Amino acid sequence: MTPAPLIEARDLHVEFAARGRRARAVDGVNLTVGEGEIVALVGESGCGKTTLARTLLGLERPASGTVLYGGAPLAYTTRALKAYRREVQLVPQDPTGSLNPRHTVYEAVAEGPRIHGLLGEAERVAAALARAGLRPPERFAGAYPHELSGGQRQRVVIAGALALDPRVLVADEPVASLDASVRGEILALLLRLRDELGLSALVVTHDLGLAWNIADRVAVMYLGRIVESGPVEQVLSAPSHPYTQALLSVLPDSPSPVVLGGEPPDPTRIPDGCRFHPRCPALAGGKAAGAGVDGACVSQSPPVLPASAESRAACHYAAALRAGN
Amino acid sequence: MTLLELRDVAVAYRGAAGDVPAVRGVSLDLAAGEALGLAGESGSGKSSLAMALLRLLPRSARVTGEILLDGEDVLRMSWGRLRAVRWASASVVFQGAQHALNPVRRIGDQIAEPLLVHGLATPAQARRRTAELLEQVGLPAWRARSHPHELSGGQRQRVMIAMALACSPKLVVADEPTTALDVMVQAQVLALIRSLIAEHRISLIMISHDLSVLASTCDRLAVMYAGRVVESGPAREVFTGARHPYARALAEAFPTVGDPASRRAPRGLGGDPPDPARLPPGCAFHPRCPAALPSCAERDVGPRPVAAGWSAACVHAGPEAADTGEAGQAGESGGTGAVRENA
Repeated sequence: MTPAPLIEARDLHVEFAARGRRARAVDGVNLTVGEGEIVALVGESGCGKTTLARTLLGLERPASGTVLYGGAPLAYTTRALKAYRREVQLVPQDPTGSLNPRHTVYEAVAEGPRIHGLLGEAERVAAALARAGLRPPERFAGAYPHELSGGQRQRVVIAGALALDPRVLVADEPVASLDASVRGEILALLLRLRDELGLSALVVTHDLGLAWNIADRVAVMYLGRIVESGPVEQVLSAPSHPYTQALLSVLPDSPSPVVLGGEPPDPTRIPDGCRFHPRCPALAGGKAAGAGVDGACVSQSPPVLPASAESRAACHYAAALRAGN
Repeated sequence: MTLLELRDVAVAYRGAAGDVPAVRGVSLDLAAGEALGLAGESGSGKSSLAMALLRLLPRSARVTGEILLDGEDVLRMSWGRLRAVRWASASVVFQGAQHALNPVRRIGDQIAEPLLVHGLATPAQARRRTAELLEQVGLPAWRARSHPHELSGGQRQRVMIAMALACSPKLVVADEPTTALDVMVQAQVLALIRSLIAEHRISLIMISHDLSVLASTCDRLAVMYAGRVVESGPAREVFTGARHPYARALAEAFPTVGDPASRRAPRGLGGDPPDPARLPPGCAFHPRCPAALPSCAERDVGPRPVAAGWSAACVHAGPEAADTGEAGQAGESGGTGAVRENA
């Protein structure tokens, strides 16, 4: 049932110095992406989701904790990272910004195979373009980015990742910069790559609809921690963390929106107790007090969630409800 | 009462290889206090149309038709009159608040500027009004002394809305006011826009490619494709039961979380929006249309009535849809030039 973990974050902490203070961007995260699994990492800007993704790619070094690939801890030597990045490829957020305007599609896609000294470059590029839905590949190989539409550029970027035969794609907001009608096609491509090539994917997004569209599991991140995770159907249909509930409730079609006040808080000042308590509707509305956990909400941080396939929430109130049932 | 009337508005940009049409004959009405959502993708002409309303387009753009604001044609106004109308009668919340605000000037001075320029307030009155406006958009009055970089994205968007409201306009045009904002901040800004237009009876034109956002904020929707309105009608009805295949695809592009039909089934359209310089013949949508008939490649149809106040420019829409192809109601569209022939 549960696929074997391919990439794993174990008690990961990543810190930055920000204006003389310490920003705990990732503050204790356990997460796995299994073989052939699509995991959506969801959260607002500043929650640490992009930092977590960059750390999983080996682009940031954790302050503590471990990134494991295929069960072995990631080694941070140039050679080991180069080998690792052949297998775990980034699909960047903005295809227009990440393509060199003076390189043809062929050169953009061939760059990876050249760096890794792979044989059969032309066939590799043609196969990658075809897999990314740019068919026939000859028609696109000589084109420059400005001659392509936004959706085609995103396909070129995905082809660049596929040219290395990776096992995992890490996609950061893969459709945020695309037109609405093109969005579905790119998401369908990610699903097809999983089905046909068995690719795993970690998709970083603020878009819950995207998670519903393609992911198997979802992890909701708030201020450096995963506050709820589990199978998409369970987490998005019956969320137990008040933050997940609020995120779902403000989707345009929702009947009763719970609009949280304030802005996403600051990772240099993580509140004591549950990090969500200053904005928590369950605490403010007295529900937490009714369950007798309001004291815990303001004084004790809920335990860090384990990397588990089951549905879990890091919330005193949700735990009390579950225990009461 | 009609506040804004567009009659066969067209926008073309002069290019090296001739004029490129961005908006091709749009007619729309907006009642006082009404909120209209203008939907479409990049290149659909929605932003060109919105900017044309206040003649904010670059000199390379040629605008034709009539834009009647309170009965007065914006396109024929003198510069002096136009300056008086901008901000005071109609204002714009621009896309991307981080770039639209001046980074080296304080928020309060930027909000007060239109009041002072239009001579609507003394500096002391403008200061008081600024504090009042900041409060209306949910920011503390002391924020007037802040610079834009000290604010978050959502707060900057609130400042843009305060600026747009400064001179108590009758019409606010909001161009993608929530793009690039987080879901929670988007919800805050949308709730703010909804309450402000209701409270002040302001008419709103809101532009977005996200039909679900427009449907939740606006009374009516107009969906644009390749420079034309392909469907317009009551917001909920168009969002849930669009008759034009493009409007339907746009509505389905953002799934309803929890809807089993969209689980592991992202929906989109093949192909890409057309290049305005090289529009396909016939219906501009036909190369991407899942329901195109052979005749669609040759013949464009104008808006056809679906129900009261609801029309769609598609051969499959309207009472006589499939059988005769008689485009009897095309006349209203002004210049779509429906050729009558059978499929």
